[in-house]
Amino acid sequence: MSDQPLLETRHLSKNFGPVQALADLSMHVNAGEVVALAGDNGAGKTTLIKAISGVYRPSSGQVLLKGREVSFASPQEARESGIETIYQDLALADNLSIGANIFLGREPMTKAFGFLPVLDRKKMAEAARDTMALLDFHVSRLDAPVSNFSGGQRQAVAIGRAVYWNAQVLIMDEPTAALGVPEQRKVISLIHQLKEQGRGVIFISHNLQDIFAVSDRIVVLRRGVMAGERRISDTTHDEVVKLMVGG
Amino acid sequence: MTEAPPASSGHVSPPADHADKSRTLVQRIADLRAWLFLAALIIGFEAWSRTAFGGSFIVNPYNITSIAIFAVAPLLLATGQTFVIISGGIDLSMGFIMGLAAVVAAHVINWSAPAMGEPLAVLFGTLVAVAIAMIPGFVNGLLVSRLRVPPFIGTLGMFGVARGVAFLLAGGTTVPVKNSFFALLGNGRILGIPWIIIITAIFVLVMHYILSQTRFGQHNYAIGANEQAARRAGIDIKSHLLRLYVLSGICAGLAGVLYAARFTAGAAQAGEPLLLDSVAAVVIGGASLFGGSGTILGTVAGALVIAVIQYGLVFINVEPFWQFISVGVVIIISVLIDQAQRRISGGRQSE
Repeated sequence: MSDQPLLETRHLSKNFGPVQALADLSMHVNAGEVVALAGDNGAGKTTLIKAISGVYRPSSGQVLLKGREVSFASPQEARESGIETIYQDLALADNLSIGANIFLGREPMTKAFGFLPVLDRKKMAEAARDTMALLDFHVSRLDAPVSNFSGGQRQAVAIGRAVYWNAQVLIMDEPTAALGVPEQRKVISLIHQLKEQGRGVIFISHNLQDIFAVSDRIVVLRRGVMAGERRISDTTHDEVVKLMVGG
Repeated sequence: MTEAPPASSGHVSPPADHADKSRTLVQRIADLRAWLFLAALIIGFEAWSRTAFGGSFIVNPYNITSIAIFAVAPLLLATGQTFVIISGGIDLSMGFIMGLAAVVAAHVINWSAPAMGEPLAVLFGTLVAVAIAMIPGFVNGLLVSRLRVPPFIGTLGMFGVARGVAFLLAGGTTVPVKNSFFALLGNGRILGIPWIIIITAIFVLVMHYILSQTRFGQHNYAIGANEQAARRAGIDIKSHLLRLYVLSGICAGLAGVLYAARFTAGAAQAGEPLLLDSVAAVVIGGASLFGGSGTILGTVAGALVIAVIQYGLVFINVEPFWQFISVGVVIIISVLIDQAQRRISGGRQSE
């Protein structure tokens, strides 16, 4: 387990008709490691994560989870295998509470009066409170719909859902983009926690400062191919920018 | 009472999050608007009645029962419609599914009474009618979920189909039922309360339970708010929508049976004027036609608002055409409140 990557892609390619969005990409994420994906717009970052998380089927190449080849027909299957994606456009139902969003699609049930199955709102509220406290967001109104909360809190709900369901690999697409500065810091510290818990994180960001604050390695894409891979401790902002723009 | 109520609900709530309290007060009032309408109407009619006739409007068991009976069929349609509207759809076929069920119930009860006796025939006819009503619901569900037909168009088509089939089965006329047990069901009382009101109340409670306490209800809200999120969360949207429109058919079927019981006759046009009343009840009850919001209890209030307006205007001897005007005005005010609420609470969302 120790030297086997948690998640690996081998020679992954994806084309849309004549457009080669991703070509022959090999990368890996170890347990307890944060890998940043960087690159200019259109470099293939989003295509890569969609190919990993079951949204797209790769045109060729393999995805391996803990050394076993996997092929996901849907994001649902990927999630069941422990790969959770947190999208930029948050996948939350705005009219439901935090707890209901965490449990959406797998709601806990309990019995009222000993026989009538009802939603276990207490358990959902408790899970919401605990999970949000773990992210250092203290929310008082657990029954309020998430549309009442700030962008940062909503981001935290999306991350909290993945944490609650114990995802092994978290793919985060610009998790700090919509946040205020204090909330960005909290997300960064959360990613550190995820790492300590032995999860793998793939982290897409345009913000080099965030990348250098949290990542172990950085994979730079340019026009669908790997432009370079560096350990964060062995590289600098300047070098990464050069890799991104091609210099 | 200008301040938001303090933590009266038991748990201590520190003022940690951003939600400001005046907003929640506005939301609370907006959520209760149907009941406020209802209270205002009752007070209005009560005042009129006392000054004009010197008698009470609402402290009169006859009036209360009449209003409740008035509300039965629109309310049954509106409970199903509530589910559909929360999911972001609409079911225009309910009115004629109701008529179809009324005709089927009338025929089956007449045919089967000689063989199985009156009470059993009523049970059998009810089950057959509701089962038949599930068929157009099922087709609606297939159209909307599998073939991606917009609900408005798909159910409009079924509106025509159900209408035609109902009139064909009825032979273009009303089908009288000769069954004293059925007549008792439709017009009899227990402890002074009509059976059809008891049946409706139980059914509405069950629907309230399904919407507010089960996964099906929870998923219904999620789909109405953000179908993409619901799909990503692993909810089987196709199967949900299919069951949703079948449920809507069941509501219309029960409404048809109770109509046939009340008038001891099945009529294909039974639900024709009720469809839009049912949509109006849902909207007055606080649901948004954009989906994602609404409750059964709100719809109950909405249906009662319409029934009180219709009955009350007759009661105070106003020309019946004022009913249309007043119901229309209430619908528009209701939607305006909904819009205002959205503007206030939606600000943060669209940052």
